[in-house]
Amino acid sequence: MPHTQTVRPISTPAISRRLLLTALTVVALMLLISYLVAFDQGAVSRSGMYLHELMHDGRHLLGVPCH
Amino acid sequence: MSLSATGKAPTYGALLLRGLLAGLIAGLLAGVFAYTVGEPKVDAAIAIEEANAHAAGAAADGHHDEELVGRDGQKGGLFLATGLYGAAMGGLLATAYTVLRRRLRTTSDTRAALGLAGAALLGIVLVPYLKYPPNPPAVGNPDTINQRTISYLAIVVIGLVAVWAGVIAARTQPAEWRQALAAAAGFLIVVAVGYLLLPAIDEVPDTFPATLLWNFRIASLGTQAVMWSALGLGFAALATRPVREQAAREAVTV
Ligand SMILES: [Zn+2]
Repeated sequence: MPHTQTVRPISTPAISRRLLLTALTVVALMLLISYLVAFDQGAVSRSGMYLHELMHDGRHLLGVPCH
Repeated sequence: MSLSATGKAPTYGALLLRGLLAGLIAGLLAGVFAYTVGEPKVDAAIAIEEANAHAAGAAADGHHDEELVGRDGQKGGLFLATGLYGAAMGGLLATAYTVLRRRLRTTSDTRAALGLAGAALLGIVLVPYLKYPPNPPAVGNPDTINQRTISYLAIVVIGLVAVWAGVIAARTQPAEWRQALAAAAGFLIVVAVGYLLLPAIDEVPDTFPATLLWNFRIASLGTQAVMWSALGLGFAALATRPVREQAAREAVTV
């Protein structure tokens, strides 16, 4: 592998402490979005059951336990 | 958005944007599949659910009875759900790619991106699918939803751990065929332990049509398959493009 390293362009940024912290924040945000789609019943979205009901069919077809 | 001009590696932000975009597109494509193949099954299941509710004197504690969002609204909301979910998965894939790329033992970025998407499909879709197959409306006891949700989350985590165990096991072996064997063993041991430890759940009523259940589950699996294939291919295409362009430019200047 080392001999190809010089030919192959760098495809990802260097891993720094700052990048890892940003990545952790992004992961938390992405999990929050997944939670809103898959499990939230108004506690986080503050929309009552509206968003929960709106995304009902998506939950079933994505394979998440619904009701 | 064009970062290749600087001649440096794409930033995390650029990769993340590409992941979110690929995820959104993949989610909407999965939505199209779910709408055309899955919705007729959901409609049929809801018809059964409503017939049951009427027969039971409409005890009306199911959340479908509130009609907060009508059926047409829910069919539109399907695209919101798959789009958001796809974008979130795209963000996670881009993050995993950024953080893990240098640890993956391949010189091909495309293989790395597709490998990560495949690992996700295996760990967070297929492993949970076989333990807790998805259910249409009218299947499932509302009283056990918390237990079922916790078990579902647990099997998703176990699926990811199993994939990780497979990779770790493979890396202990020198020869390729032994790597494959070790990967399968590491993966299957974790999955088997998870399947044994987590409770079995079967809440399908005896009266629910078997073919409808089967067709719904295939539609659900197809939805996830479309989602992850499109996400893997889309992200691989978008994330490796600036690098390819840069390589072409360097090849010209050299
Ligand atoms: Zn439901």
